[in-house]
Amino acid sequence: MTTRQLGAPIRRREDPRLLTGNGRYLDDLGAGALHAAFVRSTSAHARIVDIDITDAWEVEGVEAIYTYEDLEGPMAQPLPVLIPHPALTHARTGYALVNGEVNHVGEPVVMVVARDRYLAEDAAARIRVDYEALPVVVGVEAARSASVLVHDDAPGNVAAHLVQEVGDVEAALAAAPHTLTIPLTIERSACMPMEGKGVLARWDRDEQSMRMWSSTQTSTGVRAAVAARLELPLARIHCIAPDVGGGFGVKIVHPWAEELLVPWAARALGRDVKWTEDRREHFISSAHERAQLQEVTVGFDDDGVVLGLDVKVWHDNGAYTPYGIIVPIITSTQLLGPYKPGAYRCEFWSLYTNTVIVTPYRGAGRPQGVFAMERTMDAIAAHLGKDRADVREANFILPEEMPYDHGLMFQDGRPLKYDSGDFPASLAKLKALVGWDDFTAYRKQAEAAGRKVGLGIGCYVEGTGVGPYEAGHVQVETSGRVNVATGLTTQGQGHETAFAQIVADELGVRIEDVHVTTGDTRRMGYAVGTFASRAAVMSGNAIAFAAKAVREKALRIAADALEANPDDLEIEDGVISVKGAPGTSISLSSVAVLSNPLRYAFDEAAKAATQFAGTFDPDKPPVADGEEPGLEGKGVYSPTQATFANGMHAAIVETDPVTAEITILRYCVIHDCGVMINPLIVEGQVHGGVAQGVGGALYERMAYDESGQLLNASFMDFLMPYASEVPHVETDHLETPSPLNPLGIKGAGEAGCIPVSAVIASAIEDAEGFPILSMPISPSELWELRRQHATKGQS
Amino acid sequence: MLREVGHDGKVLAGGQSLIPVLNMRLAQPAHLVDINGISGLASVEVSDTAVRVGALVRHAALEREASARHTLPLLSQALGNVAHPAIRNRGTTVGSIAHADAAGEMPAVAVLTAAVIEAVSASGTREIAAADFFQGPLETTLAEDELIVAIRFGTFPAGTRTAFLESARRQGDYALAGVAAALTVADGVVGRALASFVSVTDVPDILDLTEAVRGQEPGGIDWSVVDDLVQGHVSPEADIHATADYRRALVGELTRRAFARTAAPEVSA
Ligand SMILES: Cc1cc2nc3c(=O)[nH]c(=O)nc-3n(C[C@H](O)[C@H](O)[C@H](O)COP(=O)(O)OP(=O)(O)OC[C@H]3O[C@@H](n4cnc5c(N)ncnc54)[C@H](O)[C@@H]3O)c2cc1C
Repeated sequence: MTTRQLGAPIRRREDPRLLTGNGRYLDDLGAGALHAAFVRSTSAHARIVDIDITDAWEVEGVEAIYTYEDLEGPMAQPLPVLIPHPALTHARTGYALVNGEVNHVGEPVVMVVARDRYLAEDAAARIRVDYEALPVVVGVEAARSASVLVHDDAPGNVAAHLVQEVGDVEAALAAAPHTLTIPLTIERSACMPMEGKGVLARWDRDEQSMRMWSSTQTSTGVRAAVAARLELPLARIHCIAPDVGGGFGVKIVHPWAEELLVPWAARALGRDVKWTEDRREHFISSAHERAQLQEVTVGFDDDGVVLGLDVKVWHDNGAYTPYGIIVPIITSTQLLGPYKPGAYRCEFWSLYTNTVIVTPYRGAGRPQGVFAMERTMDAIAAHLGKDRADVREANFILPEEMPYDHGLMFQDGRPLKYDSGDFPASLAKLKALVGWDDFTAYRKQAEAAGRKVGLGIGCYVEGTGVGPYEAGHVQVETSGRVNVATGLTTQGQGHETAFAQIVADELGVRIEDVHVTTGDTRRMGYAVGTFASRAAVMSGNAIAFAAKAVREKALRIAADALEANPDDLEIEDGVISVKGAPGTSISLSSVAVLSNPLRYAFDEAAKAATQFAGTFDPDKPPVADGEEPGLEGKGVYSPTQATFANGMHAAIVETDPVTAEITILRYCVIHDCGVMINPLIVEGQVHGGVAQGVGGALYERMAYDESGQLLNASFMDFLMPYASEVPHVETDHLETPSPLNPLGIKGAGEAGCIPVSAVIASAIEDAEGFPILSMPISPSELWELRRQHATKGQS
Repeated sequence: MLREVGHDGKVLAGGQSLIPVLNMRLAQPAHLVDINGISGLASVEVSDTAVRVGALVRHAALEREASARHTLPLLSQALGNVAHPAIRNRGTTVGSIAHADAAGEMPAVAVLTAAVIEAVSASGTREIAAADFFQGPLETTLAEDELIVAIRFGTFPAGTRTAFLESARRQGDYALAGVAAALTVADGVVGRALASFVSVTDVPDILDLTEAVRGQEPGGIDWSVVDDLVQGHVSPEADIHATADYRRALVGELTRRAFARTAAPEVSA
């Protein structure tokens, strides 16, 4: 019997290619293409008075220079609001090229197309844009005070205001024996994929068709958007996501201005045109996330059980809202984590600022929500003098309460209803892993040696695998090669391996024979995209359905050929045989031949399917009623709701008593994403997530000055952690299958980064003895906090 | 060649500072004078009085050079803090000093070791003392037609022990603050205590701390006595990574620890 692939920790099949420099990323494509470069706004808020491009034309090799004036029809319209919401009353988006008013530094004002990128940048540098400065809004505080408006017609800088309430929060708080109010702050960070965005477009003048490549998380989305703006029939445009060097959310946004302008210019010029984003462009003209001010009011009893929870969130959405209010919706719902909050109200304001737009970044609003909830749990424990783990446990939803409906609406417009999870078991595992009960002794020992250490904890629940759907296609060639296609895209997650594992099992073939294609609209035109930890759940199940369909078809054809009952057949390693009679068999490749009746024998194998081969029943049509030629099948997975994964993290942190340097000594993760397709890949996702979480907790921030200039728009000053800053991650898993999908899987992509800021804040607070209410935190900030608390203590 | 194009040209050594500057279009020299093909510039010569480092000696090569390590341990103590291994494999120690970044480790080392910079131009050779070389951040007394062929880092008197300590936000980053310390012990008591600093002074210079500890037995010194002197000497600035006060306190503590290390009983590396 072939070993089961699902659940096997096999190595990623794509890695040898990707790790030896044989990946094909956007910038590896399009040799000979013209290159685009952009003049980007140097002002955060201004009206453009004049654009002078005359000098730029003097640069040899310049082919085109475009401003907003050159755009027509749909190209001249504002970019779409991708996810409208009734509460998003004042949605605003930019234009492909700035139309009059700039609202953040980095907006594309002029597009230059030239023979190469150097020339395009030389020309761009000669373009003079005159700005009439407008007052600038930077940061949530300024946005909230609204003394200056980003958009004249968005009063109070409010893009959206949403309140969700379950139960009577006011009454619950009034009746609670204890209440606390906690102000919290989280700063901006960003996805920062290794590969920035990039677009290549090829217009075929004879065919009047477009082929484009984009470093995107949704090639179907880009295709549809470009078709609409360029007024092209969908059939005349294809979009391919080549190897993509990371996305983490920023590349699900579409169409980026450049994704429209590059194909538009390619058609106008009749030449291939390419644009590769550089790092500075990524910093100032892609997307950021995370910044929020929060205020939590919580009422609880003597055991720490939460009776009422009232949360206010002021969310910085940047200059525009193309991705709607998904991030604050997730914050306000996923904040609840594994807990039953009693009565709950969450109110958020999504606010405009003159800074880069905010769209989902791995975790997508959850890190902020978890920060609010977990800081609250620690505050309750401190107030009552109770153990922090005990307070959490007192508030857990129990396994027997599943499915648990919070009575709120989630980011997919569907109920926030947990499908499964065993929170007490996860906590018990975490306490054992980190040595929760031995920490007091460890701390004593450390203190005796003049060291300061602290233990932190954070729990979360993550809605993964949101709809609407994904589709899969599986096809067996006459060679026995199995082609698998799904429309969502890959940014390095290991889909080539995980999806092949599923197909190998479902179809009964060797994994080496399975070839996976993602994100190519030529192979699969229907898809949503890769985000919200949904690829494994959505495409995984869709592909499983497709493989099942192929298996059934193969068995029907084989049953005919072997004169057996389909129920008596099995497939193993690509060979179909009668159970218990292995001699009576036919290979899947032969079945593939038979599935496609032929007139012409183009090769040896094909002979078996030709009309005089004598293999057919003359009374039946060559293609049976209700069948299609070929050994292939489709599957679609479209769930009624998300499936909820969860995890709990703990860390031991040391803070230098003098220099306030912060070191993570241990980092422990308990992770439950249901059935694991490949534990090695899950482990890698957790490690990468924790690394990004550590970045958000201790290193990364977007340092805007008051005029809206980003001061640290490079990897020199935006401190993404190196391997040397990321702790060794100790993991243990729980597998609580999802009852919602046949494979029992839940998403794992974002998990690692979600609670890290909460965990590190908890540990530093434990080491220092004063509350940590703002993240990220640097040694300098911790040192200043110590100073404040010391003077407070004296006065 | 530098005489012809030096006014609008740049020497290219390891490129680890120059290429980023060009990438970001912060400088657009018309000419790059690549010195990597010149023979004879890649050697390290060690004598009793100096370690002479040629212009093409990479940080990594110098860090590993056993005789230099032995004669002047401060070099490798500091070099381990310069960027990351990949950058140290290309970047040159001389280039780092020519670049004269106040946040660079090697300018501070050059000053503390009373290094001599050997500059060559079409009109001849000139020797510049490190103390006269650095003018300001990224500013030196080197003329635009001059090439540094080597730098001689001076050795310390017998009985000297050194330490280099810094604190960076991430390992290998330019430091928030750093210190190079040299403690000379004669007849069992402190004869001299010197320090120079990274990232907290405009130009690297020497702070002589001898008076605070002269004549004391090194093992018994409470080095916090230097804290005020150090904090008074440095002039750190605030930036997005740290406040000026933090940097000042940090460098005080680093200096205390560095001297405590030089005074501690020998531990074999
Ligand atoms: C990511 C990163 C991190 C870094 N971190 C640090 C760090 O923590 N600490 C640190 O000190 N440095 C750091 N560096 C810089 C590194 O040490 C460089 O190697 C060094 O500053 C310059 O040496 P180079 O040989 O690369 O010089 P180049 O980049 O080739 O040249 C630098 C400058 O010096 C001039 N120059 C070079 N050689 C000569 C010569 N012989 N005569 C006259 N002029 C010359 C050049 O014209 C140019 O102006 C870092 C660099 C990078 C890319």
